[in-house]
Formats: sequence, C-alpha cells, structure tokens
Amino acid sequence: MVLEQGKRFWLAVSVDPRHYQIGVLSSLILLGLFHFGFNLAWWHVAGCVGSTLVTQAFADRLVGRRFDPRSPLISALSLTLLLRTGSLTLSITAAILAVASKYLLRWNGKHIFNPANFGLVVLSLLFTSAWISPGQWGAAPLLTLLLLGLGGMVTGKAKRWDVSLALLGSYAALVFGRAFWLGDPLAIPVHQMQSGALLVFAFFMISDPKTTPDARAGRLIYAAIVAGVGFTIQFGFYNAAGIILALILTAPLVPLIDKVFKAERYAWPALDTVIQGLPKKEPERMKGGEQIRKPSKTARSPVTTCSLTTQKP
Amino acid sequence: MKNIFTAAAALSLLALASSANAFCGFYVAKADTDLFNSSSKVALVRDGERTVITMANDYQGDPTEFAMVIPVPTLISKDQVHISDPALLEHLDAYTAPRLVEYFDDNPCDRRLYETMQRVNSPAPNIKSESRGDKALGVTIEEQFSVGEYDILILSATESNGLQIWLDQNGYKVPEGAEKTLGSYIKQDMKFFVAKVNLEEKAKQGGEMLRPIAVAYESPKFMLPIRLGTVNANGDQDLFVYALTRKGKVETTNYRTVKIPSDKELPIFIKDDFGDFYKDMYSTTAEREGGHGVFMEYAWDMNWCDPCAADPLSRDELQELGVFWMDEAINDPSIMPRRPAPSGAQDVFVTRLHVRYDAESFPEDLKFKTTGDKSNFQGRYILRHAYDGEMECEAATEYKQSVNDRKDEEVKTLANLTGWSTGDIRTRIEESGKGGYFEVSEPALDVKWWKKIWPGE
Repeated sequence: MVLEQGKRFWLAVSVDPRHYQIGVLSSLILLGLFHFGFNLAWWHVAGCVGSTLVTQAFADRLVGRRFDPRSPLISALSLTLLLRTGSLTLSITAAILAVASKYLLRWNGKHIFNPANFGLVVLSLLFTSAWISPGQWGAAPLLTLLLLGLGGMVTGKAKRWDVSLALLGSYAALVFGRAFWLGDPLAIPVHQMQSGALLVFAFFMISDPKTTPDARAGRLIYAAIVAGVGFTIQFGFYNAAGIILALILTAPLVPLIDKVFKAERYAWPALDTVIQGLPKKEPERMKGGEQIRKPSKTARSPVTTCSLTTQKP
Repeated sequence: MKNIFTAAAALSLLALASSANAFCGFYVAKADTDLFNSSSKVALVRDGERTVITMANDYQGDPTEFAMVIPVPTLISKDQVHISDPALLEHLDAYTAPRLVEYFDDNPCDRRLYETMQRVNSPAPNIKSESRGDKALGVTIEEQFSVGEYDILILSATESNGLQIWLDQNGYKVPEGAEKTLGSYIKQDMKFFVAKVNLEEKAKQGGEMLRPIAVAYESPKFMLPIRLGTVNANGDQDLFVYALTRKGKVETTNYRTVKIPSDKELPIFIKDDFGDFYKDMYSTTAEREGGHGVFMEYAWDMNWCDPCAADPLSRDELQELGVFWMDEAINDPSIMPRRPAPSGAQDVFVTRLHVRYDAESFPEDLKFKTTGDKSNFQGRYILRHAYDGEMECEAATEYKQSVNDRKDEEVKTLANLTGWSTGDIRTRIEESGKGGYFEVSEPALDVKWWKKIWPGE
C-alpha cells in the first residue's frame, strides 16, 4: 500500500517537467558555487527567489488564479544562474520584471517573452552593474556531457527537446561553416560549441514550452532563427551574450509562427489527475475557465480540451 | 592593526617563468635565430569601443633580429601609435602584483600587533621590431611610418598565401603553419601591424631595451590575438593583461576566468622564496584547471590599495597609458592616496589577468568583456610570526600549542598549493631556522576545560 502510494507520488512528481528543471537548475547552481567558484552571493539567490515568488503570488491574486510556485522558481533559478550583479535591488528588479512580463506582455493568451530571459536582458542593457557572464562556465567537455545528459532529460520530459536540438544543430552548422570558410582548425568551432552558457541556454531557457511555438515545425524554424540571430550578434556585433539577446529579439515572432503552424497549446500537467486512486477532486478550474489537463502520453502535443479565455502564464 | 610596508622585491611574476620574448603576435626573424615566445605584458585601456593597447616584452636579443606581426582590427595611422615609457608597465605590474603580507603575533601575555608586507617587482619590459615595404601578391601597404625606434607598416591583404610570400620576400621568417591563421585573420577583415627596429633611431635613443608600443584604435572587438603567437611557440606561454576600465572588472568571455588562490597563510621561510612559491603555486593551480587557464591576480579600484604593493598610478601615468576619460573626471592632479578617495577621483578599475596558454588549450583568440563588477580582489599571501619574546603567564602554553597547530596547517596549505612534499617543506623550515615549532612540555590539548575555570586548583 505504502509502496503503491509512493509509486503514484513518484509518477506525479516525474510527470511534470518543472520538477526536473527545478532539480537540475538547483544542482547547477550548487555545482557553480562549489566547483566553479561563481561569485554568487546568498542575497542574490534570496532576492531572485523571494521576489519572483512574491510577484507571482501577487499577480495570481490579481488575476484570480491559484498560486503555483514552480514556474516562478524556475525563472528565479535561471536568473540566479545567468545574471550577475552586485546589487540586491537589481536582483529584485530583475525578478519582478521577469514575472511581471508574463502577465503584462501577452498576445493571444500566451506570454511573449521567456520570463528569465526578459529580466536578464532588460537589466543587463539598462544597468552597468548587472551583466551576463558567458564565460563563467568555461568549456569543460565533461561538464558538456553532464549538461547534455541532464538537459536531455529535462527537455525530453517537456517534449521540447526538439527546440534544444534544433538550436544546437543550427548554431553548430553556423560556427562550423564559419570555421570552414575562415580555414580555422576544427578545435575552434568545437570550443565554441562547448560553451557552458550556450548549453545552459539551449536546454534550460529556449526549451520553455510556454514561449516556444506550439507546432513542431514552428519550433524548428524558430530555433533556427534564434541561432541565426544569436550567431550574427556574437560574431558580427562581437557581443558574447548573442544567443541570449537573440531570444528576446525573436520572441515576438512566436505568435506569427503560431498563426502559420497551428497546433495544440502546451499546458503543464496537473498532479491531482495523475495520482489515480487517490481521493478524486473536482478538476481545477481557473476563473477564466481554463481546465488543468492531464498530459497525454501518446499525443505529440498535449490535448487541449477547452477553449481558452485566459492562459496560465 | 597597523600596516608597515617593506618593499622587498622578490617575485617577478613575469620573469619568473621565463625571460624570453613574446607579444600577442609572433616574432619573425631575418636570420635563423631561435625564436621563442613565452611571456608578454599588455595593458588594455578600454571604454565603449575605444581601446588603447600598450604592448611590452623583454626581448634581449639583437635588434636586427627583431620583428613582430600583430593582427589589428582597424587601419592604424601614425598619430595612433605612441612609444611608451617602460617604467609605466613596470609600475602597473608592481601595483597589481600578488603580495606577501607579514603579521607579528603579540605577546599572549600582552597585546600588540604588527603587520608587514612584502611585494614583488617585475622586470622592465622591452621591445624590438623591424620592417620593410613592398607591393605584391594582394598585399597593400596601407600605412608606413616610423615612431621612436620602430619602423612600422600597416598591411592589408587579400589572401594568406600572398601575405606569407610577401613577408618571406621582405625578410620576415614566418613560422610554419602560420598561413592558415593569417588567412583566417584576413577573412575577418583584420589588418596587420608589422614592426621592426630602426637601428639608427635605436642608436640615438641608446640603451638595451626596446620600449613598449602603444596603439589607440576604435573597434567593437575587445580581444587579443594570440593565435599567431602559438604557431611558433615551444610549449606554454605566459601573458599578463592589465585591463583598465571605467566600469569594473574585465573577464574573458570564451574562457573561464578563475581567481587565483588568495589569503593563504604560509610558513615563514616563504619570505625568502616567494618567487619560487608563486611560480609553483601558479603551475599547480593551472594544472588543476587542465594545465592552462585565465587567472585573475588582481582587481581593484585604481584610487587605492590595501596593502599596497606599490603606489597607485598617478594621473599622468594613467594618461600616458591611454586612459582617455581622465579629462572628464575630476581635476585632481595630485598623487593618488593609498586610501579610497572620497569622490573616486580616478574612475579607473584595473584587472590583472595572467594567462597560460598553448595552441591546443586556447584554440581561439582571447575575447574580453567589461563587467559592472567593482568588487576588489587581490592575490595575497600571509606570514604570521609567532611571538618570540619572553612569555611568562598561564596563557603562554596554550598560545604555543595553538602556534604549533597553526604551523602544521601552514605546511599543509603550502603543500596543497604548490605540490611540494610536506617532508621537503619541513626540511626547509628547519634549514631556514625561521618559524620553527615551540617546544611544549605539556600539550595544551590535554589541559582540561575545567582547569581553565579554576586554574589555581
């Protein structure tokens, strides 16, 4: 009985990709702190986590939706991982901007920008005392493998591994093509592909199912566009954070791509419906009428069963 | 606590590893002189897209044999080139050098504390060059001028083979395998800064050394070309970058910037061996990063230092190095204070990066980024002298035991940092006759805690 319940609980935990993502991002932060000597202050972590949660709670209350800490936690961990600042105020500002963008910048029931990406880029562009450190991960091959493994798991669960692989594939084609044109040794593009920041971005930022196109074809095209813009910024405008800037620049294209390639919209799986056998609850309903759905294991895109008037950010 | 500084020059980071010549480019020679790159110093002043780069090395050979080729992002005209004073980079090097600090324990039966610091000088930078012009093979001499003891050419090229032949025909011995790298730079629209020594001018100027060359240019590229330098190098090379910015620390974007281990307590004999210690510690640290790496040795607001290995650079010195935003800053020509100036008068933040590289581990040129990080960092190593006077009190035994424990820890730290064996370290401590262990008749560890409450019983 206990075993059975444990199994159901594990199923419930494992079915939502966000749990993996939270676990992996937290591990990366710990790895960064203790192995790579990132300059991470406790107040930065606390500032990011605290303010994303508070902002989300506040916004959910305004919108009339049940508070769920998982999405803001992921944004907070991504910010912790990628944003560098010496000011608590800026950590908090980034976190608030990230979450607020989900509620304020919307189109067709979907938020436009990846929240962490939005907070990160806006802060680093507006303030000199906030910046992105693309070199902090170095280019360790072992780390690359680790990230690939963990990242594959996370994105596989989220059904968005296609966008990660398409991004890495397109980016690789560009850097290897450039090296071929320049006559550079292969070591150079290989080194460029081993960038920890690129892999963290590919697996943990662009793969967010809420801000990528709904259809697979759309996602593949979108990933190629992000790679192209990122490559151009990196090698044409000499900005090392090119790929991160590319995501915010191209995010407004997603609604257009969604218009062309139509598909069911992604929704996070609901725990309650997964744990079968446990006392059944009424399906959760949001004030706007959205029903939280059980993920379909067979469908390529999760099934949407109701019309959407408001979307869960 | 009071700081007393003694300028005991011991560590010359640059010269330690080797005293051979190098630049970020490669050396080419007319005759078959062995060419060997291994260490160079570069000051990079950067704000926005403006850069002033000052390059120095300690080339000791025949000036006629000296030549250098450096890829540059833009065309350079005569008034963009300046011959700098070697003392400037020396001063910058001394100011940013890793430092040894001494503390003296006070009498445990009394209260008194001293602290001394010691630092390390670096050798004088020199440079040499050589050049000649011709037109052929898609190579265009865009500029040709002499500055100080250097004859300088700015070349643009359309294909690497042509450039290679041109350099060969003009007496530059280009290393095997450089052609592909030259080709890559040509396609990236880089120009080539080629310098040789003008012997007449050199004779007029006198002295053995070649002075550093400073070049001012404007480009979004914030990088140092190191690939040509790895073509003809035997093994590892050491490069010191002193980046001066307005906003904060500089870090590499395509390699990880690692802080050098700092604030470590070491045995006293290191005072006479600081150079060896630092060299071995650097190698060991680099080894742990795979044998190579970009290490931050110093990052500080130029207005002050604590402790100071040398005074901060004066306004005039900074101006000479190319800090072009000085006019916009506060007009205070006085010598810099050792303490933070209330208004942040200089508005200059210096980062010292020590890069050990070879072609395999650093396939790409170094790319940099200025961050908004103004937190200070310094490579700092500590000697703590035990009190060696008469100690007549109850606390003395406990103090002596704690000093012995501390010395054990120092040996372990030193062994861990340098890879030296603890046996060797203990032998050296004994040989030096400094910082030995106290003889403790009754181990303080055995003193029961209740003894401290009622010591008389």
